[in-house]
Amino acid sequence: MAEIQMTPPLDEAGVRRLRVGDWVFLTGTVFGLRDATLIRIFDKGERPPVDLRGGVLLHTAPNVRRVGERYEAVSVGTTTSARMDRFTAGLLHEYGVRAIIGKGGLPAGSVRAMREYGGVYLSIVGGAAAWETTHLEEIEAVYWEDLMPECLWQFRFRDLGPLLVSIDSHGESAYARIAETARERLSGLIDKGAGGGAPSGGR
Amino acid sequence: MGHERVTPGDAGVSVATGFYGAVEETTKALYIGALKDVPADIRAALARAYERERSTVARQLLGIILRNVELADERDTLVCQDTGTPIYYIGVGTGLRVDGARVGDAIRRGTERATREYPLRSSVCHPVTRENPQTNTGYRIPAIHWEFVPNVDWVDILCIPKGSGSESMSFLKMLPPADGVAGVRRFVLESVVEAGANPCPPCIVGVGVGGSADLCVALAKRASIRPIGTRNPDPHLGALEDDLLAGINTLGIGPQGLGGDTTALAVHIEHAYTHITHNPVAVNMQCWRGLRATARIHADGRAEFGPAGSRHHG
Repeated sequence: MAEIQMTPPLDEAGVRRLRVGDWVFLTGTVFGLRDATLIRIFDKGERPPVDLRGGVLLHTAPNVRRVGERYEAVSVGTTTSARMDRFTAGLLHEYGVRAIIGKGGLPAGSVRAMREYGGVYLSIVGGAAAWETTHLEEIEAVYWEDLMPECLWQFRFRDLGPLLVSIDSHGESAYARIAETARERLSGLIDKGAGGGAPSGGR
Repeated sequence: MGHERVTPGDAGVSVATGFYGAVEETTKALYIGALKDVPADIRAALARAYERERSTVARQLLGIILRNVELADERDTLVCQDTGTPIYYIGVGTGLRVDGARVGDAIRRGTERATREYPLRSSVCHPVTRENPQTNTGYRIPAIHWEFVPNVDWVDILCIPKGSGSESMSFLKMLPPADGVAGVRRFVLESVVEAGANPCPPCIVGVGVGGSADLCVALAKRASIRPIGTRNPDPHLGALEDDLLAGINTLGIGPQGLGGDTTALAVHIEHAYTHITHNPVAVNMQCWRGLRATARIHADGRAEFGPAGSRHHG
């Protein structure tokens, strides 16, 4: 397990060297976005007003305070990624995004897209916004303010990490492996404890 | 609840001028406080999990969680960015002459003021247009659950800003009676596996058993916010809580769903009697944050905070 310092924009070769289990620390620009932002880009067809090539995205909708023309962070943390699975391929293929920071993982469609286009998913601790915010140097810019709080945020972080590489560009997903183990152990638990009750069937 | 009971006269105690203002101020403080302060029982459970955990990755992640709780204390800031759906449980003493509608209005105003003045992110929107009023309030939100407490002359407010990561992992099934306790057990375990990494484990798994569909879900929510260390007093259900916790923590989902021994900090079951032809079971997850804050407001407008947290509420 390696500890790797990275500075966006990231190139494909650098991202493809990362493997599940590596720890990453990021310094530089990270774009924050989420459900409403992605719906605007992909379902409404509006191009983002920034260049995302080589970019690192963070799944977030932060707490902020407006100070004059700028925004200061109150609390920046990370949201559940699984809702945004269907946008991963487009972000990587059409916009050249290289890394997504999130929590909870992304399902099989995103794992395939990471492999095909050269991307990586970096897990951050969900709910740990106080810790995450201490790594934030500045909110550099905000686009699409009408979507508040789900704007397109341009953050500058210092040493954001440790972030765990949990989906790499080789088709490996820590989440898929752990879910498979959990399902195996679940069948053992159900068999052991069935106690004569009829199976409940699927949900 | 173990509080001292008082018996006011038939007419009840009239609330003082300023009582509703006190409800508003207290609600504002509770909403912000619930987002800043991790309850003492949750802190202790996280620390125990860190000591017991054998996975290196899980220990690293639990270490960040514990550091995050410290940082929120030191910097007097929010633990998590999710300001949640504001939910309140109000216990109204029947010994108090109080206008319930005005209490509800005060709670809504307190929520709006916390959002505007702190400021908090507004996490609430119209379900179809998705328009966000930027107040954390809207039609039927905050959700307020009313209970009436006989022979006391105060109002209790329990504030739960419920984050979406864990609330999205909510499950209900109307089991047939023949499935028995094995069916309940199976459904809870399946739900935890289906929730996986999404609800920010290690979680408190809230389980509702019995009642009607709506009551069962409400019971699961109630169970998810019960303090760790409490047990269902019914011996069958208390034993099922222990059995489910042990089972869930063998699944290997672990903190943040990245593997390890600590998938749940606790399993709590709340139950109700039910119809002879079915046995509803519901699961509602609470993330490791365990957000909750409480206060009691007396007739003269005096507010006492606690004992949910460890920092603001002693």
